[in-house]
Amino acid sequence: MATTTISAMPPGAWLALGALLLPLVTLRFRPVLLLGLPLVTLWLVWTLPDGSSPVLPMFDYQLVLVESDSLGRLFGIIFSLMAVAGGLFALRQKSTVELVAATVYAGGAVGVALAGDLVTLFVFWEIMALASTTVLISAGGARAVHAAMRYFFVHIFGGSLLMAGIVMNLANTGSLAVEGLDASTLGGGLILAGVLLNAAAPPLSAWLADAYPEASYSGMVTLSAFTTKAAVYVLIRAFPGTEILIAVGLFMIFYGIIYALLENDMRRILAYSIVNQVGFMVTGVGIGTEMALNGAAAHAFTHIIYKALLLMSAGSVLYQTGKRKCTDLGGLFQSMPVTMVCGVIGALSISSFPLTSGFVSKSMIGQAAADEHLMITWFLLWAASAGVFLHAGIKFPWFVFFQKDSGLRPPDPPWHMQAAMIFFAALCIGLGVWPQPLYALLPEPVQYVPYTVPHVVNMLQLLLFSGLAFFLMLPMMKRSLTITLDFDWVYRALGPRVTERTAASVAAINRRWQAVGRRRIDGVFDFLTRHMGPNSVAAQTPDSSLMVLLVVALLGVLLYLRFFVS
Amino acid sequence: MRTAGGRCARGERQFPFLTDADAPGLYFLETMPQEDKHWLVRPSTIRRLWIWFGVVLTGLVLADGFVHGHPNFGLDGTFGFCAWYGLATCMAMVIIAKVLGRLLKRPDTYYGDDDD
Repeated sequence: MATTTISAMPPGAWLALGALLLPLVTLRFRPVLLLGLPLVTLWLVWTLPDGSSPVLPMFDYQLVLVESDSLGRLFGIIFSLMAVAGGLFALRQKSTVELVAATVYAGGAVGVALAGDLVTLFVFWEIMALASTTVLISAGGARAVHAAMRYFFVHIFGGSLLMAGIVMNLANTGSLAVEGLDASTLGGGLILAGVLLNAAAPPLSAWLADAYPEASYSGMVTLSAFTTKAAVYVLIRAFPGTEILIAVGLFMIFYGIIYALLENDMRRILAYSIVNQVGFMVTGVGIGTEMALNGAAAHAFTHIIYKALLLMSAGSVLYQTGKRKCTDLGGLFQSMPVTMVCGVIGALSISSFPLTSGFVSKSMIGQAAADEHLMITWFLLWAASAGVFLHAGIKFPWFVFFQKDSGLRPPDPPWHMQAAMIFFAALCIGLGVWPQPLYALLPEPVQYVPYTVPHVVNMLQLLLFSGLAFFLMLPMMKRSLTITLDFDWVYRALGPRVTERTAASVAAINRRWQAVGRRRIDGVFDFLTRHMGPNSVAAQTPDSSLMVLLVVALLGVLLYLRFFVS
Repeated sequence: MRTAGGRCARGERQFPFLTDADAPGLYFLETMPQEDKHWLVRPSTIRRLWIWFGVVLTGLVLADGFVHGHPNFGLDGTFGFCAWYGLATCMAMVIIAKVLGRLLKRPDTYYGDDDD
């Protein structure tokens, strides 16, 4: 419970407002801001005590701009840390717009993590939507702009669901609290739907793989971290133990694996793999025990690091070669050793290999399923762990850095991109070897011991045998120049097709009835013209002399009657 | 369709998977003597890697005889559970993906290229 009164200036706001200075400073000073702002934010979040800011009355509502507890700080810390590494990686990014938008985006995410009420949360939520769209647009080119617009419309829809839910919930309960929402009420259900949309849950999960890979080499690194994980944060905070989330999460896990297995674009593989990983977290929230929620939170933390690392590695390849399809890549290990090693460390972490960060976080979710005797969930989670190694752990590094020799021999990227990768690779290994600092940050006390002999042996068996499956079935996984249809087909192909057909039939009907209609309308006009037109009787001016004569005659008659008859 | 060796592969859609222009280095690699290749891609190294991989896999399965965990649901207590389960589920996932791909795969120009 909130005990201390803290400043009402959200740490995320410093980051978001500070970002607006970026276009004003010289190029030489830019790195200071790009790294300094998130570092200051990180320090501000890290040093926040438990507590909340003074209540700020707005209209009839009581807003709490900042509320700090271990869960909020955990996400605030990882979002700020991500902004530091993302800034370092993007140091040479020529698009100032992207750098500003990415920093505002990170600020919005920190704001969400520390928001004390639903209205504040919603404001930061929408700042994130606008800033992330801007990151996408700043990649330039029609492809990116179109993807950004599709992304924006999906998120406007999600934002509307969220707002509608907040208003309905407020009307029913009178509360703006983020905690303990009830998904079975209409208001709570709408909030859940709005949040799940941002977590890339079905049916609209396609927005993620459609939009993110169109960002620049550095843009996608930033995009991978915030939107989905801010949604996971809200789920942990507001909907722990909501059972439907187990099914939703498991669907996301396998959807991510299958689509990633079919994909040819290296960054789209990683995009589907984001949905897969967020699925583990959503499942954890659905299980809802202390262990499961700790697992979901810890997995969000480690996931942000290794996913950014994987995308930095892919971004470096894109930056150095300009190629993004597995069919064009291969054999890069020979000339990009640092990028390859960092990519492999990221790939091992996402697969929860022992001694990497994924091992100490994901296994808590599986353990929670076992503790709750959720047999089907447990078996599916283990199958999914094997599948992660298959689609992200081996497939990504294999097709990009090994497989056939593409003949490409690009060198490793500039030093700051290497430094950002090495920083996050070190964190992946560091947290895997020494998980206690992460466990200490988690919302609930941790009794879990990841490193037991059976656990390590079982995990190695699972992963290495899925590796065997990969190489045995390699002929079935030959890359082709294809995409796989997803839900976005509905608004990218079906929608336009229906619109075009409708427009065509309306035009045909119009043409057919035009002749008939014209005759009818002409008839009406003819009638009116005949009776009321300029040549009609009604419009003619009768001769006035006759009128005068008649009036005079009438007067004469009246006079005669007046004087002689009476 | 052409593959690395210039042979035609059956069962794949008609895409220029790898043309000569895409991979000039490939022919170079195939014609040059083995010792000029990077040590990691030499057939001898790959053979040695497979052998070691096999040794590690066998060792891991045998380790099940000495390590006793706490099976939760019975089935997971069977000998080498994680090994066969990982292998079987991964193969199943690849096959499901392949079948689904037959239905849902389209050329990557399906939505128009824009400025690609």
